Amino acid sequence: MAKKPVKKQEVETTGHEWDGIQEYNNPLPRWWLWTTYLTIIWGIGYIIAYPAIPLINGATPGLLGYSSRAEVAADIAEIEAQNAPLTARIIELELTEISSDELVGGEADGFAYNGGRAVFQTFCAQCHGAGANGSKGYPSLIDDDWLWGGSIEEIYTTISHGIRHETDLDTRISEMPAFGEFLSKEEIVGIVDYVGSLSSINGAVATEEHEMLFLDNCAACHADDGTGDRFAGAPNLTDAIWLYGSDSATLIDTVTYARAGVMPAWSGRLSESQIRQAAVYIHSLGGGE
Amino acid sequence: MQHIIKAVLLGAIVLAAAFATNFARDLSYQVSAIVIILWAGYLFIREIGKIGNPPAPVETGYMDGVVRAGVIATVFWGITGFTVGVWIAFQLAFPDLNLSELTHGYLNFGRLRPLHTSAVIFAFGGNALIATSFYVVQRTSAARLFGGNLAWFVFWGYQLFIVLAALSYVLGASQSREYAEPEWYIDIWLTIVWVAYLVVFAGTIYKRKEPHIYVANWFYLAFIITIAMLHIVNNLAVPVSIFGSKSVSLFSGVQDAMTQWWYGHNAVGFFLTAGFLGMMYYFVPKQANRPVFSYKLSIVHFWALIFLYIWAGPHHLHYTALPDWAQTLGMVMSIILWMPSWGGMINGLMTLSGAWDKLRTDPVLRIMVVSIAFYGMSTFEGPMMAIKAVNSLSHYTDWTIGHVHSGALGWNGMITFGALYFLVPKLWFRERLYSDKLVNYHFWLATIGIVLYASAMWVSGIMEGLMWREVDAQGFLVNAFSDTVVAKFSLLVIRGTGGLFFLTGALIMAYNLWKTAIGAGEATPIKAASSVPAE
Repeated sequence: MAKKPVKKQEVETTGHEWDGIQEYNNPLPRWWLWTTYLTIIWGIGYIIAYPAIPLINGATPGLLGYSSRAEVAADIAEIEAQNAPLTARIIELELTEISSDELVGGEADGFAYNGGRAVFQTFCAQCHGAGANGSKGYPSLIDDDWLWGGSIEEIYTTISHGIRHETDLDTRISEMPAFGEFLSKEEIVGIVDYVGSLSSINGAVATEEHEMLFLDNCAACHADDGTGDRFAGAPNLTDAIWLYGSDSATLIDTVTYARAGVMPAWSGRLSESQIRQAAVYIHSLGGGE
Repeated sequence: MQHIIKAVLLGAIVLAAAFATNFARDLSYQVSAIVIILWAGYLFIREIGKIGNPPAPVETGYMDGVVRAGVIATVFWGITGFTVGVWIAFQLAFPDLNLSELTHGYLNFGRLRPLHTSAVIFAFGGNALIATSFYVVQRTSAARLFGGNLAWFVFWGYQLFIVLAALSYVLGASQSREYAEPEWYIDIWLTIVWVAYLVVFAGTIYKRKEPHIYVANWFYLAFIITIAMLHIVNNLAVPVSIFGSKSVSLFSGVQDAMTQWWYGHNAVGFFLTAGFLGMMYYFVPKQANRPVFSYKLSIVHFWALIFLYIWAGPHHLHYTALPDWAQTLGMVMSIILWMPSWGGMINGLMTLSGAWDKLRTDPVLRIMVVSIAFYGMSTFEGPMMAIKAVNSLSHYTDWTIGHVHSGALGWNGMITFGALYFLVPKLWFRERLYSDKLVNYHFWLATIGIVLYASAMWVSGIMEGLMWREVDAQGFLVNAFSDTVVAKFSLLVIRGTGGLFFLTGALIMAYNLWKTAIGAGEATPIKAASSVPAE
């Protein structure tokens, strides 16, 4: 224990020294101290004004009676009241009449169209893309190829009840078998070659034997000419639009293991008016029938 | 005898880890167990070799070997963490860099992001704190580190923690608690290491030969104690199996969120603020060779900071299921925290009054001053962002990322660089740094990098916030989330470029420090006079 010799220094140091470091005894800067006091005074005021002190049941409500939930509820109620005549109108009208209605129709500034776009961007864009052009496994909504139909009523039904959404009794269901379980590898390749020849992809050449395989196994849903069947949600195989890809390897996978994409049912989660707005919006994107 | 006991203990650890490897229920746990086998196995063989050796002579003087190791680890983990950071910054701009096909998802953003945050906060920052605290507490207490080789246990134990944590993130084991991702068995190990750290540090203070405890040591001690408390409480969990990584937190719902952000915010408060203020309080007056500005201010702002920080966590949960009263308190305490935080800035900057001319000639001091300036800026920005009205715009946006990085790169990074430039010549007995010019390059690269980073994130964050809340006259949202992603692409590229500048500066520093340590450009090393207690 060695006592430090107190060096002759400016009077203001505390007289301590650590490894050569000394400390001045300067007072607290005035502006610092006063700003500290100000923030404390402001804090006390804020605590009195807003809910702040926890009690046994609940907390002090604050003089302003503020609540963040009440604030949100009030905001929502205000917008809903403002739009009430419009949403009522949308429910009243036939689906086909909405887009030409004077009150809620029209694009760009139309209420139904704008509302549908907002719904789409919040709930649909995650899978179908912000531009609704889809991606692998998620159909594009801007072309005229529809799995389950592209009339506004059919679109409305799809949004309301979803696809293979098992808890909705009215959901759209179809089940392509996994042909790998009962066809040989060669037979599946033959079918894929035939399918390729239908839409002139892959440069595939099909034989009559392949055609027989197709007619025996696939035509029941996809139709004899391969144009599909919307009641069964069976895609058209003669066009250039492919949900999972059109290269041979992907098609072999599709036939071998089958595909069964899902989409949630939105009724119950979105309001009736919102679902109708979304149907109007999607129908207007270019492929609506 | 001591060697035999150690060897038996290590052998038991190897055996236990071998069992754990065999019964492991997941890959992460199994790899961890293998790492432990290798680590303990190596030490076991080393101890066996020592049996029968005469006892090592008792060493006196300052224990600087562990500080040297800490300096090397700090630089190593710093470069690692910055590199991963730059990589994931570009992953956000160019998602193909996830290389998902090539790496089967192991190097996706989701796994690399905690790797980056843990590498820079805990590996780089943690090693910097441990190394500097060991250096500072010895010098300011005029005493050798307490506990003999316990300090080495802390160092290597901490490195093991880092390696286990990093492997577990990449292999998919995570508690999903931000900045507390490591699973239960890694948490237990860190607790052991941390208690040993506390023993070494507090023991050294206890046997000090100075009458008073220097202010830097108050901050270091507050950091060590509070981090222990935060770490233990936030990580309370029940493992699903003793042979698996997965565990279930003791908390649920909003209590869980509040516990996590009580931890998360005070990791910032005590790890990145209090700990690094300890660093600042030693290295700035040393480098400037001036007395600390105000002893009174240091006491008042220390206690105010310690008292207030612990309340501020709820501001991370504004407008959530957290009750309004807790949000109010979190916001109020955050605002009152503003001045206590600035006390450290004032004390740091004013220490230079009368020595401002040194900024022209001393690039290391310049780095320290810029770090204090960034500290001041981010401790103003933080309280501002805690105001609910501001938070409703800034929360969940890139603004938060910009705020964190102006603090982390500007304050924590720069003050650490300053400390490293101070320490390396002292620890390797060199007269001076290899090159002041390179320090200057580092200074400019780092500063420009931070400015690019922070300003890009401000613009991006405010833009995102405005786009998310934009509604048309009928009350409908105007933008989809992906619209904001498209809109900020160029800003994400600028941010990554800023990170690249910062990384380049750090690489120059590593080269400069290496050259300094090996004595390049110096005739003879100076005598090791500074390595024994002064009196």
